[in-house]
Amino acid sequence: MAGVLGAAAVGGRVAWDRGGFGLVESRATRQVRDYRLAERDAEHAELAIARAPAREVGDLSPEPTATPEQLVRRALEAMGGMGRFVSRGDVVVVKPNIGWDRMPIHAANTNPDVVAAVVKLAFEAGAKKVVVADGSCNDPNRCFQRSGIWGAAYAVGADVVLPQEHRFRSMRLKGDVLDEWPIFTTLVDADKVINVPIAKHHNLAKFTAAMKNWYGVLGGRRNRLHQNIDTSIADLATFMRPTLVVMDAWRVLMRNGPQGGNIDDAKDMHTVIASVDQVAADAFGCTLIGQKPENLPYLAMGEKRGLGTTRWESLRVRRV
Amino acid sequence: MTQPATPQHAGVRIDLALVTGGAHDAAHADVDPIPWRTGKVGVVPAIDAVTWSPIAPIAPASPVSPRPPSVAPTTCASGSGAPCACSTTAAASTSTIAAATAVASAPSVPVAPAKKAKKKLPGSGIPARRIAVILKWARRACQVGFFALFMYFLFQTGFRGSFAARADAPVRLPLPVEGFLLADPFVAAMTVLSTHTIYRGLLWSVGLLGLTMVFGRVFCGWICPFGTLHHFFAWLLPSKKGRGASRVEANRTHTYQRVKYYLLYAFLVAGVSGSAIGGLFDPICIAVRSIGLGVIPGIQYLSHRGLGAAQDVQSRAVQGAADHAQDFLAQTVWQSKQFYFHQTWFIVFLLVAILFANRFIPRFWCRVLCPLGAFLGVFSRFALFGMTKDHAKCTDCNLCIVNCQGADSPQGGVKWRQDECHMCMNCENACPEDVIKFTFLPNRRSTVVAPDTERRTALAALGAGAVFLPAARVADSLDVNYQSKVIRPPGAVEERGFLERCIRCAECMKVCPNNALHPAFFEAGVEGLWTPILIARIGYCEFSCVLCGQVCPTGAIQKISEKEKMGEGQPPIKIGTAFYDHGRCLPWSMQTPCIVCEEFCPTSPKAIWVEEVDATVRDSKPAADGGPPAYHTVHLQRPHVDPSLCVGCGACEKVCPVQDQPAVYVTNVGETRSKTNVILLENTNYNQKI
Repeated sequence: MAGVLGAAAVGGRVAWDRGGFGLVESRATRQVRDYRLAERDAEHAELAIARAPAREVGDLSPEPTATPEQLVRRALEAMGGMGRFVSRGDVVVVKPNIGWDRMPIHAANTNPDVVAAVVKLAFEAGAKKVVVADGSCNDPNRCFQRSGIWGAAYAVGADVVLPQEHRFRSMRLKGDVLDEWPIFTTLVDADKVINVPIAKHHNLAKFTAAMKNWYGVLGGRRNRLHQNIDTSIADLATFMRPTLVVMDAWRVLMRNGPQGGNIDDAKDMHTVIASVDQVAADAFGCTLIGQKPENLPYLAMGEKRGLGTTRWESLRVRRV
Repeated sequence: MTQPATPQHAGVRIDLALVTGGAHDAAHADVDPIPWRTGKVGVVPAIDAVTWSPIAPIAPASPVSPRPPSVAPTTCASGSGAPCACSTTAAASTSTIAAATAVASAPSVPVAPAKKAKKKLPGSGIPARRIAVILKWARRACQVGFFALFMYFLFQTGFRGSFAARADAPVRLPLPVEGFLLADPFVAAMTVLSTHTIYRGLLWSVGLLGLTMVFGRVFCGWICPFGTLHHFFAWLLPSKKGRGASRVEANRTHTYQRVKYYLLYAFLVAGVSGSAIGGLFDPICIAVRSIGLGVIPGIQYLSHRGLGAAQDVQSRAVQGAADHAQDFLAQTVWQSKQFYFHQTWFIVFLLVAILFANRFIPRFWCRVLCPLGAFLGVFSRFALFGMTKDHAKCTDCNLCIVNCQGADSPQGGVKWRQDECHMCMNCENACPEDVIKFTFLPNRRSTVVAPDTERRTALAALGAGAVFLPAARVADSLDVNYQSKVIRPPGAVEERGFLERCIRCAECMKVCPNNALHPAFFEAGVEGLWTPILIARIGYCEFSCVLCGQVCPTGAIQKISEKEKMGEGQPPIKIGTAFYDHGRCLPWSMQTPCIVCEEFCPTSPKAIWVEEVDATVRDSKPAADGGPPAYHTVHLQRPHVDPSLCVGCGACEKVCPVQDQPAVYVTNVGETRSKTNVILLENTNYNQKI
C-alpha cells in the first residue's frame, strides 16, 4: 500500500506537467556546416571562368566548341584540380538545383552534364561515395527524372537520393530569420560538399545561383521565406559553407525565373564558373544576366557576415 | 450448445466437447442416418473402381492398429489433403465417438506418430477425386496469386521516377495498374448503359463474362481479390459459435442472399438514367479505394512513427536499419511522403464493418451485397461446368456445407444453386460419400440456375434505381448552386458525363503524385460521393502530369497527352481559376513582400503577374520621442491573375504562406469541360485559333 502510494507520488512528481506553452529557451547550439578548405593556395585561381566561345555554324545555331564536361574540367584545372578539394575516401555530396519539373532546355535546373562531370571528377580524385540530392519544389520523382540529372548522375556511379520525408531532421540554424528548420540530412552528412547551382533569373531576388541553392536543404513550409528572401538566403549561406562552387551557366534563364518554362526565356552561354567563394560566384554570375552585385542585397549581407566578397574582381580570377 | 438439455446430458456433452474439441451437429440430432453412429461403418456400397483413382497409400505401417479394420488409415490417406482450419475443426466435431475412444483406449500408442497419420474423412471415407484435390489447390494458388497481383498493382499506382528514363520521355506508368477494373463486367455494363459506349480497355470484361459462361462464378472464388480477403476473414474471424453446427446453419442458402440481385438491378437502372453510382458497391472499387486511400496511408503513418523513433535511437546499427527500411518501403510500397485523403475515415470504417460481418455470416459481402457477384450469378446459368449430385449416397454429414463459400446448397436432398456457387470445389473435396462431382455439361435436374428473387421486390429495386437520379438532381448540387470547390481532375469530361462514368474506384487519387485528388464527401452532392475532387490546399495539380487520365478505367478522365494539357498548339486544359483574397494577401494588405504564388505558377507566360508598387507602411513602434509611429515607403510586387492564362492547377493556393485560409484560392469556374461554368466571353467562343 505504502509502496503503491510512494510510487504514485514519485511518478507524479517526475511526470508533473507544469503548464505553460513550452516555449522554454532551447540550449541547442547554433549549427554551422563548414566544408571549406583551410588554406587557399596562392598559385591557384579562386574564381575560374571556363567559356566555350560559340562557333558560327551556318546562320542561326551557334555551335559550342566544348562540351559541358570539358568546361568543368578546364575550370577545375585552373583551381588546382579536384584533388585539392576531394581527398581519397571522402564522402562527397554534390548539390545541384533539381527544384522544378522542367527539362534541361528550360534551364530551370542544373545541366545534367555539368552534374555528371562534377561527379566524375570527384570519383577520379578518389571519393569513396558521391551523393547527388536536392529538396525539390515540384514532385521530386518528376523533377529528378525530367531534369535528366537522375539518369546522368546514376550513369557515372553517384548515389541519387530523393528528398524522402524520413531523411529530414530538425536543426537550429539560429540565423536572423531562420531558426529551427527541418534539414535534409543527406546533404549535410558528408566530408565534402560541392554546390552545383544554375545561374538564373529570379523574380523576387532578381538573380539567384549559389547562395539561394541552399533552399534545397530545407524541409517544411519554405514558402514563408520569401517575406524576407535576402536575409533567408544569407542565413542559409551562413549555415552551409561548401568546399567548392561549380556554377552552371551553360544555358541561362534570363527572365520568368526561377521556374521558366518557355524555351525562349533561356539563352545559351556555354559557361561554367568554379569558385571557393559562394558570394563572389554569385556576384560574377549576376553579371551574366545583366544584373549588378549592388542590386542584390543578399550579397552585401553575405559579405558583411564574412562569407565572401562581392568584389569578385579582387580575387585571383582565371578565364579559361 | 443452446438447445435445452437435461442435466445429465449436459454433463456428457461437455465431456464430449472437451474430447472432440467442438460442437456436434445439433440440427440433425433427431434424424440419424449416419452409418458410423449406428455402428454400420464400412457397410456403405462399394466404391466405383473406375471413377476412383486413390493416391498411393501412405503410412501402411501406421501404429494406430486398434482402429476398426474397415476404417484403416490406408484407405483415406489421400483426399483430405490439408483442408482449411474450419473444416478440420468441423471434421473433428462430427467425427465419431468411436475414434475418440479408440485413441483413448490405446494409451500405449505414442501420440506424435498417431498425429502424423493422415486425417481420415468420416463416413465411408471415400477420398475426393485427384482432379478435385488438384483444382482445390490450384484455386488457392490462384487466390493468393491474384491477391498479390492486385496489391502489387496498387503499390505501383503511383509515379516513382527512374534513373533509366530519358529527360524528355513522357511520364507514364509502365504497368496496367487498373487491370482488375478493366476486367470488371459490372463496371462495363453500368457504363455501357449510361454512356451507350464501351471505353477502351473495358472490353477485357467480355473475357471475364466468357469465363463465367463456361465455368460459372469462378471469378468470385478464384480471382476476386476482395473475395479472397473475405475468404480469409471468414476463416479467421468466426467465434466458437461460428463453427460447427452454427456454421452449418450460417452456410445454408438464405433468402437474404437475394439482396445483391436487388442492388444489381437498382444500380443498372441508375446507370440507364445516367449515374454510375453502383461503383460505390463494386468490390474492386471498394478494394482499391479502401486499401489505397485508407489502409496503405495508415500503415505508412504508423511505420513512419515507429521507424522514426528507431532513427532517434543512439545506435548506428538501429539507425541504419531503420533508414534502410524506410528507403525500401518508400520505393516499393508507398511514396516518399505521407499521403492524406479527405474524410477517408468513413471509407475505412465501412471496410472494417464488412470484414467484421464475416464473424456472423461467412463471406457476408460476397453472398449478400456484392453486385458484381450478382451480375456474374445471372450469367452463370449458361455455364458449361457445374455440379452433379448423387442424392442417394448422401448421409447428411454436412461436411460440404461446413466448407461451402457461396452458401449454394451443395448437400444432398436439395437443388444446387448455381448462381450462388463460387466454384471453390471445397464441397467435393469434403464429401466422404461420393455425392458431389463437378463435371462439364452436368445433369441439371437437381440444379437451380436462376436467381431466386421475388418479382415485387425486384420491381421495387428497379424503381429505386430509377428515382435515384431525379432525387439527387433536384437537390441543389448540379443544375443549380454547383459547388465552386468541385474541381475535377484535368481531362475530366463534362459533369453529367463525368457522373455517368466515374465509378469512384479512386485510381486517380492513388496515382496523383502530389496528393491533390481526394474522394468528395458531399461536396459534389449525394450523387458525387467519393468522386475525385482537387483540394489544392493539400496538393496541387502538377502541370505536366497526365497520370490520372492514364489510370481511369471508364474515361471519366480522358487519356490526354502532355501537349493537350499544357496547351501546345491549342488552349491548355483548365480545371478552374485562381482568385486573390486581397484582405489576406501579404503584399496587398500587409505591405510585405512575398509572391511565392508567382514563383510557382507553372504556365508560360505566367498567369500570375506582378505589379511593382511603392506602398506606405506604418512602423510597429511609436517614434523615438513618443509621438505617433513614423511612416515609410516599401517597394512591393502585388500579384494579379490573368484569367485567360490561369489553368486552375492550384499551385498558388498550395504554396500560399497564409497558413490557415490561403490568400489565393482556386474555384472551378472557367473549367474547359463546361460550356456554362465560365467567366470570360472568349472562353465561350469555340471558333478561336491559337
